Amino acid sequence: MFFALAFPVIFILLFGAIFSGAGSGSVAVYVQNLDANSSVSAAFIQSLNSTGVLNVKVVDISGNLSNYLLAHSLSNGIVIPQGFASDYEKGKSVNVTVYSDPADSTSGIVLGAVSGVINGFNLKRVEASPVVGLDSATVNAHSTKYIDFLVPGLIGFSILTSPMFSMVNVTAEYKKFKRFKQLSLTPLTKGEWLVSKVIWYTILSFAAFVLMVFFGTAVFGANLKLSLIIIPFLIAGPTLFISLGMLVGIVTKSIESAGVIGNIITFPMMFLSGTFFPISTMPHFLQLVARFLPLYYVIAGLNDVMVFSNISTAYYNLAVTVAIAAVIFVLAARLFKWKEK
Amino acid sequence: MASAIIVDGLEKSYGTKKAVNCISFTVNQGEIFSLLGPNGAGKTTTVEILEGLRERDAGRIEVLGMDPWRQGYELHKRIGVIPQGFSFFDKQKPVEAIQYYAELFGLKVNAQEILEKVILEEAADTVFEDLSGGQRQKLGLALALVNDPEVLFLDEPTTGLDPQARRNLWNVIQGLKEGGRTVLLTTHYLEEAELLADRVAIMNHGEIITSGTPEEIVRKYGSGKKIVIKGGEGLYSAIIKSGISGAFRNDDGEVSVPVRDKRDIISLVTSIESAGVTWGDIRTEEDSLEDVFVKLVGGTMDEGELKSESVSEGKSP
Repeated sequence: MFFALAFPVIFILLFGAIFSGAGSGSVAVYVQNLDANSSVSAAFIQSLNSTGVLNVKVVDISGNLSNYLLAHSLSNGIVIPQGFASDYEKGKSVNVTVYSDPADSTSGIVLGAVSGVINGFNLKRVEASPVVGLDSATVNAHSTKYIDFLVPGLIGFSILTSPMFSMVNVTAEYKKFKRFKQLSLTPLTKGEWLVSKVIWYTILSFAAFVLMVFFGTAVFGANLKLSLIIIPFLIAGPTLFISLGMLVGIVTKSIESAGVIGNIITFPMMFLSGTFFPISTMPHFLQLVARFLPLYYVIAGLNDVMVFSNISTAYYNLAVTVAIAAVIFVLAARLFKWKEK
Repeated sequence: MASAIIVDGLEKSYGTKKAVNCISFTVNQGEIFSLLGPNGAGKTTTVEILEGLRERDAGRIEVLGMDPWRQGYELHKRIGVIPQGFSFFDKQKPVEAIQYYAELFGLKVNAQEILEKVILEEAADTVFEDLSGGQRQKLGLALALVNDPEVLFLDEPTTGLDPQARRNLWNVIQGLKEGGRTVLLTTHYLEEAELLADRVAIMNHGEIITSGTPEEIVRKYGSGKKIVIKGGEGLYSAIIKSGISGAFRNDDGEVSVPVRDKRDIISLVTSIESAGVTWGDIRTEEDSLEDVFVKLVGGTMDEGELKSESVSEGKSP
């Protein structure tokens, strides 16, 4: 129950709060203007500010900007050199220095914005007019926000973790303490037991879906589309991970080793399948790895429906999810011993 | 009397190891039948085949007229089982466990009544992990009774229990017998089998060495009545010199002499007196089921473990 409902709610509140302003915010950049009294450097700073993506904060000219950034745990800075205006006016080559941290995802934004401003200044210097322009448009009718991706991701998280962790543990524990043997002495059949698990985790996945959609839309204003095709994802997904959890519990020799193997399978899948961030933001090789993870197809399918309204692609992801679920379910059911031969 | 259980030529192997080797026995309705044997004798395999939990390799078996493997679903509605090493969910109370089990059978039961039947009502609201060993086994028995079964399979129900808890459970099992239920009991404890069982079968290496009532087995394989005399130096020699055969001196210096009747006893005492040997305590003894078991199986039972020596392969001592 915790992994199915409470954990995703905690995540949506946490990540939603952290990234709720990510789409509209600008990147703070610290500028040291060593050519302080010139109108050209003032115009350059003004241009940086007017890009809309940079929030320029001018710092004192005494001291080294690199040390200043390190001392204040900052990532992005620009130094405008002394004589910037006179060199510019004479047509003499002059460089502004951009400090950035490659590990920080905003470094590319800063470099791009500064390059754009420099290009503008160079054109103005030779009194040329730009020939090639740029119009910006989105592929969606509306612009997507982080929360739009987070909601389907966390529904996928719930579909993965609750059945997987629970079934790994239940199967290994029942096996060790001979509870399957005890259950098999009642009129309960193996099929009924399996179906009861599928029904229970399907109910939990529906509950998680309702909670995530509620918190995403009501609290963080997520823009989500709903369609009936989501329902088979909420059934096939839990079935897949119930079967996978059972399989781990069946093939491992102890409760402890089942837990370890379960974690080895679950955690990479949790982080590489687009649960918390869109797959497209990951390095190429990780995007390839993601395609071998069953959860990827569940989350990709939910994204297709809920974020992009792309039903035809959702059908493809649903077909892959159902196929993997069927294979693993049959395998787990065959290896799962209700009675001994 | 009608048979509740029929086993005829039952065989079961695990790989190359023959766990059960062509055994046959019947259990009559309303009796307690005990399978005795050391670890690995094949008792649990036999019981699990009868419960429908394992498939046999060969032989004919019937429980309440049904084939347990093929008709397990129907059979399980009519039998009750305490599996070996019974355990349950740690956080469930006996009352909840009974209700849960009853739901699996599609029944509505009075949990309190069942708990009273197994003398567990005082622990009705104690979670499983806090129950004592004896209380846990009683809960196992309570669950086995949920569907009011005609036949009960109790697989080592008292193993690991303290003597008091064991005796409590024996009382409960005796009560079940008085209620007309058929019980198949496997046990390590010869005293338990002797006290509870109408008939026993002694198993070793997958075979039944002998079966019958405990008295029949003791009579058949025991060494009969004997006189045990405690005495001084020369007692053993005096008895041997008097021509009485079969005398045996044990480590405590006691001499045991097999006797058939009172005349043998009088003759023995007269011989000792006439030899002028001092003697003290005198008592009569008879082999117990345990003595016979040791003779047949070649080991002694000890708290769930057989202290095995070389094991007799034959079917007669």
